Amino acid sequence: MSDMTRRQFLAITGSTLAGSSLALLGFSPGQALAEVRQFKLSRATETRNTCPYCSVSCGLLMYSLGDKAKNATQSIFHIEGDPDHPVNRGTLCPKGAGLIDFVHSPNRLKYPEYRAPGSDRWQRISWDEAMERVARLMKQDRDANFIAKNADGQTVNRWLTTGMLAASASSNEAGYITHKVIRSLGVLAFDNQARV
Amino acid sequence: MTNHWVDIKNADLVLIMGGNAAEAHPCGFKWVTEAKAHNKARLIVVDPRFTRSASVADVYAPIRAGTDIAFLGGVISYLLANDKIQRDYVINYTDASFIVREDFAFNEGLYSGYNAEKRAYDKTSWEYEIGADGFAHTDPTLAHPRCVINLMKQHYSRYTPEMVERVCGTPKEKFQQICQMISSTSTTTRAMTIMYALGWTQHSVGSQMIRCAAMVQLLLGNIGVSGGGMNALRGHSNIQGLTDLGLLSNSLPGYITLPFDREQDYEKYVAVRSQKPLRPNQMSYWQNFQKFFVSLQKAWWGDAATAENHWGFDYLPKIDKLYDMLQVFDLMDQGKMNGYLAQGFNPLAAAPNKAKMTAALSKLKYLVVMDPLVTETSEFWRNFGVHHDVDSSKIQTEVIRLPVSCFAEEDGALVNSGRWLQWHWKGAEPPGEARTDIEIMAELYTRLRKLYQLEGGAYPDPILNLSWRYIHPNKPTPEELAKEYCGQALTDLLDPKDPTKVLRKRGEQLAGFGELRDDGTTLSGCWIFCGAWGPNGNLMARRDNADPTGIGQTLNWAWSWPANRRVLYNRASCDTNGKPFNPERMLVAWNGKQWIGSDTPDYKVDDDPSLGVGPFIMNQEGVARFFARGNMVEGPFPEHYEPFESPLGYNPLSRNEPRAVSNPAARIFKADRDALGSAAQFPHVATTYRLTEHFHYWTKHVRLNAITQPEQFVEIGTALADQIGVAAGDRVRVSSNRGHIEAVAVVTKRIRALNIDGKTVHTVGIPIHWGFTGLARPGYIANTLTPFVGDGNSQTPEFKAFLVKVEKV
Repeated sequence: MSDMTRRQFLAITGSTLAGSSLALLGFSPGQALAEVRQFKLSRATETRNTCPYCSVSCGLLMYSLGDKAKNATQSIFHIEGDPDHPVNRGTLCPKGAGLIDFVHSPNRLKYPEYRAPGSDRWQRISWDEAMERVARLMKQDRDANFIAKNADGQTVNRWLTTGMLAASASSNEAGYITHKVIRSLGVLAFDNQARV
Repeated sequence: MTNHWVDIKNADLVLIMGGNAAEAHPCGFKWVTEAKAHNKARLIVVDPRFTRSASVADVYAPIRAGTDIAFLGGVISYLLANDKIQRDYVINYTDASFIVREDFAFNEGLYSGYNAEKRAYDKTSWEYEIGADGFAHTDPTLAHPRCVINLMKQHYSRYTPEMVERVCGTPKEKFQQICQMISSTSTTTRAMTIMYALGWTQHSVGSQMIRCAAMVQLLLGNIGVSGGGMNALRGHSNIQGLTDLGLLSNSLPGYITLPFDREQDYEKYVAVRSQKPLRPNQMSYWQNFQKFFVSLQKAWWGDAATAENHWGFDYLPKIDKLYDMLQVFDLMDQGKMNGYLAQGFNPLAAAPNKAKMTAALSKLKYLVVMDPLVTETSEFWRNFGVHHDVDSSKIQTEVIRLPVSCFAEEDGALVNSGRWLQWHWKGAEPPGEARTDIEIMAELYTRLRKLYQLEGGAYPDPILNLSWRYIHPNKPTPEELAKEYCGQALTDLLDPKDPTKVLRKRGEQLAGFGELRDDGTTLSGCWIFCGAWGPNGNLMARRDNADPTGIGQTLNWAWSWPANRRVLYNRASCDTNGKPFNPERMLVAWNGKQWIGSDTPDYKVDDDPSLGVGPFIMNQEGVARFFARGNMVEGPFPEHYEPFESPLGYNPLSRNEPRAVSNPAARIFKADRDALGSAAQFPHVATTYRLTEHFHYWTKHVRLNAITQPEQFVEIGTALADQIGVAAGDRVRVSSNRGHIEAVAVVTKRIRALNIDGKTVHTVGIPIHWGFTGLARPGYIANTLTPFVGDGNSQTPEFKAFLVKVEKV
């Protein structure tokens, strides 16, 4: 038993429960077991993650279907607490317990969109159009308003007319590259959710 | 957190104040339950509401929102008056014996050096007496009248139990009972942990509330010990990491600050930050500043950062003032900003005074929103009826909205409240065409670089020279970025003691910040993370949860900054000879040759205790400070000031000084001062907060959470409900001088009326989670009501104490 993996354990308990209830209904267990589908989690891919909400950082197990073959797309269908995690020991709160519906929220954004000045609607655009426009707007504003020297003639190299707020749940790696890019442009109006 | 989540189980006493862990951090709160069940711990909760944390407390005390310094100052007064302090700790590990300058003074709520016109202090007198040798004067006998501890005694003698009751509304007997419980942890064998959150940060005196609590802990010897500490329960999964990485207007990674305009000279910039010891033999670790700074510049600008150009010092912008969120939105409201990028942040909902925010965003030329969800900010130009009534045709802002992946769709590390860097793995592709934040920022950069290469433009050097060594320039991998912020050798690093020996080969990951150099031969994008991805691989991905000592340290689970240290200042858990104060919960100890234990020592590992190096190695003093010197804007000791919207309109502690009603050194813009309301019009004290079932403004998009808590409500006490004729379930209008919301009234005994200096004051509770987008029923943004003023030091908005009026609709 101690050598058994979590997945084997689920497979055995799953089929045992199904087998015994089928036996109660009068089926022959030997025949019935061959018919029973394996418990869904047992053929899922298990991925370790951490909760994106508060800072307790509960460990998560995410279960997805899709076997990582070249053109198979994985989809997550279940998320639960990671029992190995020293902080949450497998538990989740009402927020974390609903995470599967965050991943699959109908309000997830799927495409770049554009709202023209004065308009009351979005229009879908391509990534190429979106990124070209953002880069162009930023360059125009930076070139027009960059301050190389202040009134006293001191070198200050700053750009004050465009600002940015960075995320609160993005990874260190996303935060690091965001800071590197934004500061190289000379931006000072730069904060993250920690300010609030 | 100075400590970490699991360590809470080692506490003998838990004080939850300025937070509500049971509801906002439920799985972390389990460790309080664990301490109660298995360590005979007792729990104290001090809060305006009888929260779910309070419902399992041994003692609950009500307090008026915004008066925590009066309460904690009262605790300091009690500990000093009754000699309930850990004496050895206070004498040896704090600045209690340091002598303060003669011209330092405090009178009627104001410190020496106040300039009312500038709303700022000249802080020259807020300093120790410094001798000709550069060291501070001390008196270890504590007899000198200007010893820090004697000034403290004098300062807090005004904070009597009667004064606490008048200001806070906390019954005197309850306050004294709590003081007595807290004082029990002044022994070497008992520890108290303090758990707080935005209930302390979101005040105009928030930083000083936290300082005041830290002073209580220092008097009791509860900092640096297992089961103790000052434990900030951070509100989002990686604001700790993003703060560590310096994503704040005046910061660089690793708590390095940007240069001011006046700091034109690189050597002086370095000298000011390479702080020299203020006492003999002290480590004053910031003396290594240049190693951290040069390694950062090498990570960002590679070969273009040279000794000749001062490692690209001029590539960095210089600051003339703080461009925090409130300052920037005020500039935007004045029409002085053109563009804004919101990455995973919803400022229309998260910033104060929604009317001002809407006006400000409407003045932008362009807004770029990157988010996994439909935020209110991205749709600020659209009419949502009573919840957001705007005319789209009059808003000329161009908006570009980019879809972003969520946590489940990326690899990477987050830093939890306990400073653990934990790696996580991708489980699926993002929906539709959504991309990661990394891909978006990388492509934005490569496009800008190309435009500057082709067209030139304003000061292109820092853009063109940015080091971009990633295999796929538009798609750097999380692994590449993590290795870069951790640190690498740029040449073969030779052992200074034996130059025939190579310590690290060129390109090898570094084991820790001790290996960083100031000659351009190392890179590290964030020195405090150095070693997280070390020569032996990615330590953030470690998953060994073994806990051999049983005190919950799990040193091989993930990696904790700095240096995989789990409890900061842990040297202070031992006496001056290096013997643990409490052998039952040993973190570190001196074995005659080196420091050993269940944690990475916060000390030089082979420094003999007899050398007298203090345990607070980052401080110039080598010890912890009660006296903040010039490090805080409003004074060296925390002092009670009323919230900017006060139900009293005066400060009971300095009744005769109108300039000291509210924080005299907090910044407030004129239009925002004019938008403050008075108690005559808005008699009730409001405070905002989170619920168990929701996270911020996200989970209203999540079906399960939208079902469990579908509709906006506010909480009022039965006394107020009776007074205004409201029954449970009625709809009420809550107004401030900045706007109004309407919601269902929950009438509860959990919020009681308080007697404040002879006046009855009601508290109104406002959960924050609703808005005009999402699956839950549409609601009003709670920050319609809140004032546009922040903490004097951090500029965190005062969301936790402001004035409203409640009426039946």
